[in-house]
Amino acid sequence: MADVNRGNRPLSPHLQIYRPQLNSITSILNRITGNALLLGALLIVWWLIAAATGPEYFAMADGMLTSVLGDLVMLGSLWALWYHALGGIRHLIWDTGRGLDADTADKMGWGIIIGSVALTFLTVIAI
Amino acid sequence: MAYLTDRKRVEGLGSAKSGTHHFWSMTVTSAALLILTPLFVFSFGPLLGEPHADVVAALSHPLRAIIAALMIVVSFHHFRLGVTTLIEDYVGGQARKIAIIAMIIVSYGLMAAGLIALAQIAL
Repeated sequence: MADVNRGNRPLSPHLQIYRPQLNSITSILNRITGNALLLGALLIVWWLIAAATGPEYFAMADGMLTSVLGDLVMLGSLWALWYHALGGIRHLIWDTGRGLDADTADKMGWGIIIGSVALTFLTVIAI
Repeated sequence: MAYLTDRKRVEGLGSAKSGTHHFWSMTVTSAALLILTPLFVFSFGPLLGEPHADVVAALSHPLRAIIAALMIVVSFHHFRLGVTTLIEDYVGGQARKIAIIAMIIVSYGLMAAGLIALAQIAL
């Protein structure tokens, strides 16, 4: 009689229970950006295949990626890339046992948000 | 009382039989991507929207091709590990296994496609 109570066990507090705060939001965003980057990666691989195929097909693929929608996806991917990179740095710092107190974690959280937007603008200006 | 033999303790592998391999792979690939990402963004970015001949000429340069190839290999490996964790967190049962296998196919498929395209351009 090991599983009499299956499906009706008490749950530990989770996403819908906790009030959203900076740490949870930045952590969730790190997961979303990391996985959503598949879209940008898929488009870039397609663009490379088009470049290998020939000028006509490349012109079509390149046109799609530099259209208004393409620009939006690429800009979003660029921000996601910088956000995920900065979020990753925070994880590498946390993995060493540093910066785990709420104050430092919050400061790094704002650093990720502001830093990713700043890096995105700088990249767009530089390219 | 220790139930583990000395050898088991040294191996660091518990009942999951994989130890910290996933964690360590993520650490190594993320450190590599911290170097590769800026290199790739600033070598690939300016090529978007350029004429075909210019793009082929640029990607034929060994340094650009190496950066792009490394970015493709390391980032899709990193993605495969990350998306596996995502699936393990939200999908259960048979669907979990199918989803993980599907994303492995997508990851390595795109990695191979990107590398072959790059080879065709660069060589």
